[in-house]
Amino acid sequence: MSYNPFTLEGKTILVTGASSGIGRATAIECSKMGARVIITGRNEERLEETYRNLQKADHKFIVSDLGEENGIQNLVSQLPAIDGVVHCAGITSNLPFQFATREKFDSIMDVNFYAPVEISRLSIKAKKLNKNSSIVFISSISGVFISSVASSIYCASKGALNGLIKGLALDLASKGIRVNSVNPGIVETNLFDAGLITKEQLAVEMNNYPLKRYGKPEDIAHAAIYLLSTASSWVTGANLLIDGGYTLK
Amino acid sequence: MELNDFIQKFAEQFEETAIELFTAETEFKNLPEWSSLTALSIIAMVDEEMEKRITGADIRNSSTIEDLFKLALSK
Ligand SMILES: NC(=O)c1ccc[n+]([C@@H]2O[C@H](COP(=O)([O-])OP(=O)(O)OC[C@H]3O[C@@H](n4cnc5c(N)ncnc54)[C@H](OP(=O)(O)O)[C@@H]3O)[C@@H](O)[C@H]2O)c1
Repeated sequence: MSYNPFTLEGKTILVTGASSGIGRATAIECSKMGARVIITGRNEERLEETYRNLQKADHKFIVSDLGEENGIQNLVSQLPAIDGVVHCAGITSNLPFQFATREKFDSIMDVNFYAPVEISRLSIKAKKLNKNSSIVFISSISGVFISSVASSIYCASKGALNGLIKGLALDLASKGIRVNSVNPGIVETNLFDAGLITKEQLAVEMNNYPLKRYGKPEDIAHAAIYLLSTASSWVTGANLLIDGGYTLK
Repeated sequence: MELNDFIQKFAEQFEETAIELFTAETEFKNLPEWSSLTALSIIAMVDEEMEKRITGADIRNSSTIEDLFKLALSK
């Protein structure tokens, strides 16, 4: 093959949240870049749909609920040795702060923060992350660069990831493992189908994006590919902002 | 929950609007204080107090406080 520092040929990559949105696009794009991918999600039907769209063979899919401790253990126990992971599983919350009870916090933190923490920790402990592998967290602009009303829980979960990335990047450097995040602005996925944000509001908000569109899942997948590939060999502890210019204003 | 309790809880989500302005017939989206944050507060209040899930579309589809109360009850 011709010169390509972004290739994932020969690498095995775990993608969480692969049954939808950014995770699905990441799994598919990684397979197109030559990776063997291990995909995971809760919804079997949607995960299978992703699986059918993967290029080439020998991929693997594992249905697991990452909101549950044994779901995380189930996933890690089935993992082969991997060269990278993209933590895409995540949920949002639109609660004004006075309604943000500890219980509501826990339900978001479990999936957005503790699940990627534990998957990373258990994989390292079980020596399933190869030397020179790459851990990518799909964080957000929210909680790291900006915020919006009623998103204190979501922001806290993404802000917590940001601190984690810095700590992990340093701790894992001696193993040659790199740790980075991608921080997207609004990307068109199911995340906004919960019905809390109206189509009209979304149309108005689009004008605040200098590049005049929302992100596509592939825009984020391509950033993850860069961070997984040897093209980013000297990048660790970084937050890759991908937001169509939104935070410039 | 009774309509009167609902109206009271509804009013509690506002800071500036006088309490007398909240009745069954109040067209709440016309209140000057109405915003996306109050809308989210109402959604969260209905979840917390009535254990019912309403959406932004439900809010758009109701005009008075009583409309919304009935919609929430029907969930
Ligand atoms: N869309 C955006 O605008 C945007 C912006 C910034 C950051 N992000 C971040 O990007 C990530 C992906 O979001 P998305 O937009 O692609 O959302 P999405 O389309 O709703 O997909 C979310 C994924 O997370 C999985 N997931 C949720 N809860 C889970 C659980 N308990 N156990 C296992 N898997 C679970 C879902 O799996 P099932 O469907 O199988 O349950 C699904 O595959 C999230 O971390 C989100 O915070 C998104």
